[in-house]
Amino acid sequence: MSAPTTAPVQPVEVPPPPAPTVGSHLRDYLARVGGGDMGALPAVLGLIVLCAVFAILRPNFMTEGNFANLFTQGAAVMLIAMGLVFVLLLGEIDLSAGFASGVCAAVLAQLVTLKGYPWYVAVAAALVTGVVIGLVIGFLVAKIGIPSFVVTLAAFLAFQGIVLLLIKGGTNVSVRDDVLVAISNRNMPPWLGSTLMLLGVAGYAAVQLLRHRNRTALGLITEPLAVVLIRIVSLTLIAGTAVSILNLERSRNQLVSLKGVPIVVPIIVILLIIWTFVLQRTAYGRHVYAVGGNREAARRAGINVDRIRISVFVICSFMAAIGGIVAASRASSVDANTGGSKVLLYAVGAAVIGGTSLFGGKGRIVDAVLGGAVIAVIDNGMGLLGRSSGFTFVVTGLVLLLAASVDALSRRRAAATGNR
Amino acid sequence: MSATPLLELRGIDKSFGPVQVLRNVDLTVNPGEVTALVGDNGAGKSTLVKCISGIYSSDGGEVLFDGRPVHIGGPRDAAALGIEVVYQDLALCDNLDIVQNMFLGREKRSGLVLDEPTMEQMAAETLAGLSVRTVKSLRQHVSSLSGGQRQTVAIAKAVLWNSRVVILDEPTAALGVAQTAQVLELVRRLADNGLAVVLISHNMNDVFAVSDQIAMLYLGQMVAQLKTSDVTHAQVVELITAGRSGGLGLAGDNGNGNGKRDTQTTETTTSAGADA
Ligand SMILES: Nc1ncnc2c1ncn2[C@@H]1O[C@H](COP(=O)(O)OP(=O)(O)OP(=O)(O)O)[C@@H](O)[C@H]1O
Ligand SMILES: [Mg+2]
Repeated sequence: MSAPTTAPVQPVEVPPPPAPTVGSHLRDYLARVGGGDMGALPAVLGLIVLCAVFAILRPNFMTEGNFANLFTQGAAVMLIAMGLVFVLLLGEIDLSAGFASGVCAAVLAQLVTLKGYPWYVAVAAALVTGVVIGLVIGFLVAKIGIPSFVVTLAAFLAFQGIVLLLIKGGTNVSVRDDVLVAISNRNMPPWLGSTLMLLGVAGYAAVQLLRHRNRTALGLITEPLAVVLIRIVSLTLIAGTAVSILNLERSRNQLVSLKGVPIVVPIIVILLIIWTFVLQRTAYGRHVYAVGGNREAARRAGINVDRIRISVFVICSFMAAIGGIVAASRASSVDANTGGSKVLLYAVGAAVIGGTSLFGGKGRIVDAVLGGAVIAVIDNGMGLLGRSSGFTFVVTGLVLLLAASVDALSRRRAAATGNR
Repeated sequence: MSATPLLELRGIDKSFGPVQVLRNVDLTVNPGEVTALVGDNGAGKSTLVKCISGIYSSDGGEVLFDGRPVHIGGPRDAAALGIEVVYQDLALCDNLDIVQNMFLGREKRSGLVLDEPTMEQMAAETLAGLSVRTVKSLRQHVSSLSGGQRQTVAIAKAVLWNSRVVILDEPTAALGVAQTAQVLELVRRLADNGLAVVLISHNMNDVFAVSDQIAMLYLGQMVAQLKTSDVTHAQVVELITAGRSGGLGLAGDNGNGNGKRDTQTTETTTSAGADA
């Protein structure tokens, strides 16, 4: 690294742009949205509308018990979608993520149930399986040059077969290990949920305020403090409300108590924080965006494009493994359908509905969580309405199509207004 | 003229499959000078640049930097030597902002984390140094910039580092009159600050306005490298389009063309008579 030769020529005084105010910040945001950069807006609006509709049609949609269900139902899809965001950021696709999660879950069940290994060995083996799958897919895509669509379509078929082989045909391998079952089926004691929530919110506030102070001290243009505070307060309100609801008693049975934040929730939140950090704050994340935005430019900037391309498939399959473990935990078993049927499409749908572009270069990890929430709400709400799964598929398909149209249209709009 | 050129190419060959795009190309680039590289469409100018910057590996020939032979195996090698390129097909990522583009591949970090404030400050200083006043925010996506602004970002990216050689491939091709003048002025200032600048352009007025030397490529062969003050407009055009002009340039088919050799230290005639 060399020192900068700043100002090889006589500097000309540049009038500093006016400091942003809350008003100008809002105007900038609206201009961005108008210019096609909608971010999380469609997902958030969709979530509100869907919740309102289901709440009106089915009052029991808005119960504490059902609220908790949404998290455990949506968890696996959200986790797989987080990994898919990386792949989609490069403009690639991983169609095998669903069955990769099935394979990893089958490995887990094999080891823990049939071979009697302790849960952590089985979990480690499942995660390693995910990494190996990702390495193979990434190698075939980046080094051999087969389009990811084809490689992962082949893997989709093959993994389906591997799941069948691993669980010996149509049988169903149950997962009884207490720790594994707890992941999707147990809750944290209310005090622990509240404490973790407060710690998380405090950490977020500290990071945001420190950054604001740091930038102001350096004389850089900074968003107004009020905007930072609004963000912190909103997060506190949302997280606080969610945890309070989850801490309410939701058992219909007087004898057993059922309350607290499901254990999968902190797992999702921690992975959300880790991957967001990786994408937004590290050079690696920057390079993922760069390769997705302009592969040739990234190459000329000295970025090892092949390595980045392989790595996103590794991350994707790794997250699929975690999704598979969570799914196995929820069902307390693994069968030929684990990770199959709608899992993959739901996961891709979650990322796209959340705002990740299918064209590459644009997306965030939180998209997977927001979009996953939309999908979970549809799936759950349709179930409560007593609709057949056929009907649910049709509706989910339409929502995915809608999200993809928003993606495509906002790209066109952005191209027209020069925003992207 | 300085004793050793900063960058010297000797006998560079490059083929794409059966098509030989560069044949035995020589080029010398001196610090403090603008060396114009001219040639018709498809003459091989961009290919030559990509060989220098390590995007393509050349099939043969030598690269000397500061008099020492060097091997440039990739963009990072070139950057480590202090060679920066502004490509004809601008290599910017539309989905990244100005600062992110300027530091792409060479991000400043503190520990594991990107050091955004430092990068933003350095980018701001560099752009101010180039008298760039038209960008609204350093944090706007490059896609929202005009052609000239993008060009300026690309040039700022090249001078941000302690670069010693800056190669610009048709930096003004897409620009209007005012912005072209600005970029040319910028090119001149880079050389006046002691950098070695290679400027590729099809516009002879621009070439004659800012360059100290002109190197002419014709169908992948370097026909001549001459002092700008020693050639006329018409001669350069003839050399580019026909490969020879009077006694200058390629030898004639019947081998009589070695003619008058130029008296420059940097004079370069070619692989004449490859077909003799
Ligand atoms: N990647 C490639 N594969 C095969 N042939 C190529 C490749 N790149 C360039 N060429 C060929 O090499 C020749 C030189 O191309 P190059 O882009 O270097 O020309 P140029 O002098 O920069 O032209 P221009 O003035 O139009 O930019 C052309 O005939 C072109 O078709
Ligand atoms: Mg060219």
